[in-house]
Amino acid sequence: MNRSALIFMLATEGIITALTVYFFIKVLTTKPKLDPDEDSYENNDTKK
Amino acid sequence: MSTNNLKWGSRVGLVLAMAGNAVGLGNFLRFPVQAIQNGGGAFIIPYLVCFLLMGVPLLFIEWATGRYGGQFGHHTTPLAFNRMSKFPIWKYVGVFGIFSNIAIASYYCYIESWSMSYVYHSVIGTFSGMDQHSVASFFDNYLNVFTSTTGIPFEAIVFFVLCIVLNTWVLSRGLSGGVEKVAKVGMPLLILFGIFLVIKAIFLKAGVDGAINDGTVGLNFLWTPQYSSLNNPKVWLAAAGQIFFTLSLGQGCVQCYAAYVKKKDDIALNAMSAGWMNEFVEVILGSAIIIPIAIGYLGIDKVIELTAHGGLGLGFRTMPFLFQQWGPILAAIAGAAFFGLLFFAGITSSLAMGTPVMSFLMDEFQWRRSRAATAFGAIVLIIGLPTVIFFQKGVFDEYDYWGGTVSLVLFAMLESILFAWVFGMKKAWPEITRGSDIKVNIIFKYIIKFVTPVILIVVFFSSLIRPANDDWSTLSFKGWKLHKESIIAQIRQENIGPNKEYFAAQFYSENDGIVDTIYSDERNNYIQITTNENSSKTYEFDKENLIVVKKGDLVKTGDEISTGKFVNNVFYIDMSRLLLVSLFGFICVLVFIAYRKRKKEGTI
Repeated sequence: MNRSALIFMLATEGIITALTVYFFIKVLTTKPKLDPDEDSYENNDTKK
Repeated sequence: MSTNNLKWGSRVGLVLAMAGNAVGLGNFLRFPVQAIQNGGGAFIIPYLVCFLLMGVPLLFIEWATGRYGGQFGHHTTPLAFNRMSKFPIWKYVGVFGIFSNIAIASYYCYIESWSMSYVYHSVIGTFSGMDQHSVASFFDNYLNVFTSTTGIPFEAIVFFVLCIVLNTWVLSRGLSGGVEKVAKVGMPLLILFGIFLVIKAIFLKAGVDGAINDGTVGLNFLWTPQYSSLNNPKVWLAAAGQIFFTLSLGQGCVQCYAAYVKKKDDIALNAMSAGWMNEFVEVILGSAIIIPIAIGYLGIDKVIELTAHGGLGLGFRTMPFLFQQWGPILAAIAGAAFFGLLFFAGITSSLAMGTPVMSFLMDEFQWRRSRAATAFGAIVLIIGLPTVIFFQKGVFDEYDYWGGTVSLVLFAMLESILFAWVFGMKKAWPEITRGSDIKVNIIFKYIIKFVTPVILIVVFFSSLIRPANDDWSTLSFKGWKLHKESIIAQIRQENIGPNKEYFAAQFYSENDGIVDTIYSDERNNYIQITTNENSSKTYEFDKENLIVVKKGDLVKTGDEISTGKFVNNVFYIDMSRLLLVSLFGFICVLVFIAYRKRKKEGTI
């Protein structure tokens, strides 16, 4: 590969991978702010 | 009282389902082909610019619209739009959010069924020992519903029905028990299969297993930046179009999934996570599979030629042959991985298309979940069967053009205007930021208000009047020659050719060239007319029709080549348009009934 293609590819892929991982980890680690029974997700419900 | 008690199981499940909705066959088959056709590395810069200026803002618009509608029990766009504006017309604009899903699912499930069938054929070694021509012919035979590659009669229809049944069954299990479970299994598997194929592609070595180029030659072609092409409007329009389709925008699916998110829960982080996950699959995996492998074995020029008519041909007519170069065991694994990846990409998207239809029936007509899912399956089967039976008559392409392309652009353009200008940014911006787990930069407020609608208006109007050869310098007040894929040319049917009558006694050649081959099988006669080494067209006629040319004859477009009784493609094209218009009209009537019903109940 020529140098400009390599730099361009690595920079683009690096940015996309970093942002994908960053946002997905944030989704996984953010604690729910709402009462679990009031939020949108069934698995958080305490009243089954 | 609505019967709609659907709920997401978990936040990760929602994000994966939304990413699965966006990740589709286009990530692997359309994106690389767009990149090839728009100068390789030239394409990536406008692509990323369009992602930030159009893709991300539209994701915010659609998530916010969905969550807003959901607060009032409207999980689909018609009545959600009605809540956003007092003008009655908007609920009929929202009809696109149901119509497009049915129209697209009708042909998309067919492609999905090809992937399912090709996984089977890869595993049992059907392609083993076939040359490139035989693999391509296998695909053509598969598309002909009267031939069978497995011994199962009407095989293409059987796989299509199987695919619809599978989609219907998953949908009937609901969001947390069906759609989400498929996304949680399908997305990781898809990424795993993708990584396996990327590694194989990148480490291709010229001279090994028949490869003529290293795998990096394809990557080099794709990633070498060509800054001069930034001046070319064609490249920008192609990039905007790709961003649009890859994120499944303008379809009504994002709004429907987001409608099940509560008023104070986050949507901004969810939107960004799902959107970037799609970009990861498209740019990193999608760019590094078929281009490096195809260029590795066939060279750049041949791949440009093969992709002239889109990525489906390259994916299904060529890839199985290329995998055979790796030996029978690796070929079976690679084939199963590649078509399995396409299948998971397809099914996570088609499930997203079914959800708005189901939600509408449950919200407005109190249908049970299983009944609504079955109704979706039945509608897709009825509307989709013509694409299977009359694939080669142009029905599939008509659905794709009107249902899967024009409708989406038109709908997205109108919804961005509704959201930013009619609903107004004063109410719209808090809809995006309420409950957000990330800080949404204020610049997006101005991008959503000014930039995104303008880009969409430009994309729509340029599709309307696109000039021939994409030569924008030919535009003048005296008129210009239209591209055959421009909306106006399509409405005027400028690409139909000389066979303009529904039923005719003569059939005329649709290309110039030399009669290369005339052959028959038990059902049909065939004439192949070759223009040059890269372009030929094969005509298929019933046995009772008489061929009036012989091998070696020079023919021009419009010359008679057969006599007898013919039903021309224009008939099938007009019938499919009529079917799509009727479907749109039918949904409009349902929306009107639902609106009247809600008005009576006082719930609107």
